[in-house]
Amino acid sequence: MTLRVSSILLLLTLDVTAQTNSVPAKAVPARSVPAKNDNSVYAELAKAPPKAAARRNPLEHDPDAVAAGGKLFSQHCAECHGDTAAGSKKAPSLYAEEVQQATPGALFWLLTNGVVRRGMPVWSKLPEPQRWQLVSFIKSLPPAPPPKPNLEQTPQP
Amino acid sequence: MPPVKFQTQSSFPGWPHSDALATSRPRLAFSFGLLTLVLLFIALPVQSQVSPYVVTYDHYLEEPGSLELEYFSTFGTQRAGNDFHAFWAEFEYGATAWWTTEVYLDGQTTFNDSTVFTGFRWENRFRLLQREHFINPVLYVEYEQISGADKILKEVEGHDVEADYAVPNAIARREHNHEIETKLLLSKTFKGWNIAENTLAAKNLTGGHSWELGYAIGASRPLALKASAQRCSFCSENFIAGIEMYGGLGDRYSFGLHDTSHYLAPVIAWNLPSDWTLRLSPGFGLNDNSHRFLLRWGISREFSGFGTAISRLFGGGR
Repeated sequence: MTLRVSSILLLLTLDVTAQTNSVPAKAVPARSVPAKNDNSVYAELAKAPPKAAARRNPLEHDPDAVAAGGKLFSQHCAECHGDTAAGSKKAPSLYAEEVQQATPGALFWLLTNGVVRRGMPVWSKLPEPQRWQLVSFIKSLPPAPPPKPNLEQTPQP
Repeated sequence: MPPVKFQTQSSFPGWPHSDALATSRPRLAFSFGLLTLVLLFIALPVQSQVSPYVVTYDHYLEEPGSLELEYFSTFGTQRAGNDFHAFWAEFEYGATAWWTTEVYLDGQTTFNDSTVFTGFRWENRFRLLQREHFINPVLYVEYEQISGADKILKEVEGHDVEADYAVPNAIARREHNHEIETKLLLSKTFKGWNIAENTLAAKNLTGGHSWELGYAIGASRPLALKASAQRCSFCSENFIAGIEMYGGLGDRYSFGLHDTSHYLAPVIAWNLPSDWTLRLSPGFGLNDNSHRFLLRWGISREFSGFGTAISRLFGGGR
């Protein structure tokens, strides 16, 4: 009996938390407009202490930093931010102005501290150079991903 | 040769062992196994950065919505008794960015004796502070329903000594423990080094046992701090090496090191880009109350998107 009750409780816990983690689905545009919750995630960037925000990326001129950051992104971040970093229902786009205009120091600070209340984990378990490589990758993203062709507006022959 | 008889009676009071349930159990197990497999195929594997510690915990939790499956083995030597091989299966789920929940199923084989299922544990870790601080505390709360034959040595507490493990399984499994275990996990990562300290207090709810105490400390570091630009299996950054030490501190009424056991264990984890992690740890007993040698190894795989898959199954996310 105890085993059965425990199993049911565990399944219920998993279901409730899973539903909490997922925002109701909506098609994500190429340059995703942040959902309601995402605004506060971007707002976290502004909370970086001035000293942290002013830090320079020590790997700024490292020729491999962007490629290594891209690899790290696909391993650790793409699941939530999407394969192209354009965002998903779980996490915001990294092409957003708020992200691209943030200083490398502010991005590094956010990676280090996460936004735990909003579901972004703390990434200080990645060594500092790897977090800077991620910052290099994020800052290397173009202002916006190439827009997807809108098939509905394509003139018919 | 006489036919082999399987013992179906549960060693736990209140656990199912009736004939009716014995016949329905394979069906239930099959359904549960099938469901798990389907969910795992839906969920995506992702490379994790698993800590190398076996006993010590750092302050990093499972990523939200991810499920980590792990099998772990411990081979232990036993003076005045039979050596043993204890094992556990672990299901670790990131419920939120501040809460990780885990279920363990434990068992052991004592050589020249028998193989027994020894119980389960339900463990929860809660991150207490939202951001990174000089020291990061995490609260750990666990409920265990295990038999006296449990030998996984996931933690060492109170006056646990090697002689406790020499009892034959048939006798040891008659002892049923319902235990609450709490830990304060303190951890800090600096310049690539992780330093972690855990303080443990556990109470057996069956009988009038007092709070038993224990500790674990560990330090670890990746072999390289920068990631290479190429995807690779043998890159230094995929390896995390370290050392941990753990042991008992007596109980509430007899605090101290007398009649306690302690271990020192180098640890190494290999995080493969193919989403698997291997961990290895040879452990050495530090006094006569400890097993002389423990060899521990584990293999795990992390699946991201498991939460979303479950949510879809129950109609969420539509």
